[in-house]
Amino acid sequence: MNLELIQNLLPLALALTLAVAVPAAMMILSALLGPKHDTQTKLSTYECGIQGPAIEGDARHHFNVKFYLIAMCFLVFDVEVVFLFPWAVLFQKMAWGGFFSMVAFLGVLAFGWYYLLKRGAFEWE
Amino acid sequence: MLTGENIVQLVSGLLHWAYAQAGISSLAGVIDPIISAVVMFGFIAVFVMFLVWMERKVSAHMQSRIGPNRVGPLGLLQTVADAIKLTIKEDVKPVNRDKVPYFIAPIVAFVATFMGMVVIPFDKGVVVQDLNVGILYIIAITGFTVIAILTAGWSSNNKYALLGGFRSAAQIISYEVSLVLSVVPIIMITGTLSLSGIVEYQKQAGYWFILPQIVAFLIFITSATAEANRAPFDIPEAESELIGGFHTEYSGVKFAMFFLGEYIAVVVSSAVAVTLFLGGWLPLPYLDFLHIPGFVWFLAKLLLVIYLIMAFRWTFPRLRVDQLMDFGWKVLIPISIINILATAVVWFCLYGKGAQ
Amino acid sequence: MTDLLLSQVKLSGESQFGTDEYVVNMGPQHPATHGVLRLIVKLDGETVKETIPVLGYLHRSIEKISENRTYPQCITYTDRVDYVSAMSVNLAFALATERLMGIEAPARAQWLRMVFVELQRLASHLLWMGAFAGDIGALTPFLYGLRERERILDLFEMTCGQRLTYNYIRIGGVMIDVLPEFVPKCRAFLDYFEPKIAEYEGLLTYNPIFLERTKGVGVISPEVGINAGICGPSLRGSGVSCDVRKQQPYLFYDQVKFNECLETAGDCWSRYKVRMNEMRESISIIRQSLDRLEPGPIEAKMPPVLKAPTNSEIYSRIESSRGEMGVYLVGDGTAKPWKVKYRCASFSNLYLLDELTRGWKVADIMAVLGSLDMIVPEVDR
Repeated sequence: MNLELIQNLLPLALALTLAVAVPAAMMILSALLGPKHDTQTKLSTYECGIQGPAIEGDARHHFNVKFYLIAMCFLVFDVEVVFLFPWAVLFQKMAWGGFFSMVAFLGVLAFGWYYLLKRGAFEWE
Repeated sequence: MLTGENIVQLVSGLLHWAYAQAGISSLAGVIDPIISAVVMFGFIAVFVMFLVWMERKVSAHMQSRIGPNRVGPLGLLQTVADAIKLTIKEDVKPVNRDKVPYFIAPIVAFVATFMGMVVIPFDKGVVVQDLNVGILYIIAITGFTVIAILTAGWSSNNKYALLGGFRSAAQIISYEVSLVLSVVPIIMITGTLSLSGIVEYQKQAGYWFILPQIVAFLIFITSATAEANRAPFDIPEAESELIGGFHTEYSGVKFAMFFLGEYIAVVVSSAVAVTLFLGGWLPLPYLDFLHIPGFVWFLAKLLLVIYLIMAFRWTFPRLRVDQLMDFGWKVLIPISIINILATAVVWFCLYGKGAQ
Repeated sequence: MTDLLLSQVKLSGESQFGTDEYVVNMGPQHPATHGVLRLIVKLDGETVKETIPVLGYLHRSIEKISENRTYPQCITYTDRVDYVSAMSVNLAFALATERLMGIEAPARAQWLRMVFVELQRLASHLLWMGAFAGDIGALTPFLYGLRERERILDLFEMTCGQRLTYNYIRIGGVMIDVLPEFVPKCRAFLDYFEPKIAEYEGLLTYNPIFLERTKGVGVISPEVGINAGICGPSLRGSGVSCDVRKQQPYLFYDQVKFNECLETAGDCWSRYKVRMNEMRESISIIRQSLDRLEPGPIEAKMPPVLKAPTNSEIYSRIESSRGEMGVYLVGDGTAKPWKVKYRCASFSNLYLLDELTRGWKVADIMAVLGSLDMIVPEVDR
């Protein structure tokens, strides 16, 4: 690895270490300092004050959530955006050729967006 | 003349002199980053505490209340007192949690947002590390917030937390797209990803990007508010629906970490907004004869944008989850794509011949 | 009872998509259920499949206790039926008893009652507005509403010494005459308050997000509303004229000019708008009542021990802040009622909650619940 890269990343690595260490230290400190009066009720899952076999217990059911689909859309769009960045940096040098290639690219994406829209992928249920 | 750059040079000069005295000059390359990281950490800690106080005062003002005024002058130390209280209070850990993720989630939430601060230029040369891919880095690192929130929601093993976690993840990744898209026009105009470079460009161009890119600015502020889970986009922790959302089961310091994370996220997105759209450390037009240091301008603009985001929170009702998704996918993303194309066309019309 | 409900919840948890029904508790310890109402919400993703209200967490058997108290003692309990609008319930019980025993309160007492009940309506609607806005995420209107509500409570405190449970409207009159400075203070408050309504409306009424959240949400059609026994502002939002003050005037409501506020859409926004307009009408009623306030006695001449005739019964109703407030009394010739029954608007309005929220999102439960203006002690009693 070249030296410049290391010099670039060293402060980041140090900041990262600090940012991990301080909260972790505080959390451990808090666990040591704080009072401990654990009761079963206190440690049970919060269910708006209701305790009972039917309601309590594991929260992880087969839960119908649109999250998966949205996440897939996000992947598509975000990868797209990653392509946009180098294009944007070199945009002025590439001039019209670069512009039209990106228009074509965005056109495909817009079509995909329209398809998703019509298929109701953005309808949160 | 007093500028941020001069102060940095002075301090680093002093430090290097001290290294020489101590005979550790060879380690300067290691110790300097440590010191700058520590300084940034300290700054963030103090600044966020100030912001919490400010938010409480702003909300109090908007709601015709007084707000904190007991601890310290004007209640300024209220947040310190709260932080101490949160640290020494009992750490309630629900039995049904997943131990390791439950512990890691608050740290990730803090790290993900704090690491964004590292590349923010407060003044010319006043930055922990001026990366040449600054914007990309910030977008990437703040994206980690999703992981923290999902982990928190999942590991709590609580229904409200899980619902909140999913909501939040969907929300953040949806608005991430429009956030990133709104930044692209700026990069197209400046041709650089470095935050300092963008400010320098605005200095040479003589205008701030908020003028030609007002649409991008509005999209950015909206998306940033949503990214930080702030009202009117605070559905992940909508207290009237999901109790506390993803941090329902968190208390004490762990809760404080999420809380800090949210505020740092606000600082980071506001700082990026200031850098990209409001000229960063540049003085207001026609006021540069005042010789006010750049970082003062930067902080002033930063507080202004943060005030704006706070005002949103205390004015608007909360959107519903499907309306939120609609707004992100059906309004913001198309507009930002059109904005990119429009920027390209206008740029070609204005400067196209010269570029050829 | 609750266990039975829960077992049903468990058994019916089938879904054709291979996902479980997600059963979430909202309440009794929940930041947004206005007390201790418990809702068992069955979710499919974020979509509500069923909302089951579970009542009884604030049951204090006020009706049963009242059977062992004399009529004047019962008034104290009426305060607790609806603590946000205690004057209205005071009045409902006092009027029912007076009708049962043939007592007529003097004119000054009647006008005073009107002033206080309408002030109470203002206070109740202000609190409702704040809570409703808070339910859909706007926290600021709550503080604005409470700011003005404090001024009303100051007026109450000045008169009867209480800020929440007044026990002011008594059988045959009122507890005590108002102080001489009450009338100017009350007028000053009304002058101060009237422009404030525009301020609240500016903050909420046409806010795009507020419109998104309330327009078209929780629509009650007039037929469904009437059949389900919805009453008060909640039904007037659907365009049904149902104001007891107009239809069966009590006190001197037939002698003052006011409009019945109606909206047609029947959604949360209409119910909101009805209440905002009602505040304006209440101000007008209070002004007219203060004009008509003449010196005179404040209590009717009554026997030392109030006894209802044997085998007498009465159902008397008034328009409380939440809707039709009915009191059913059966007298058996003694100083204590044989049977007391309160017909509370909150309870009947809650009936439609399941139907209104089915197929909507979790957040809409709170919007609908908020717009129905429900007070838990009134539901449970």
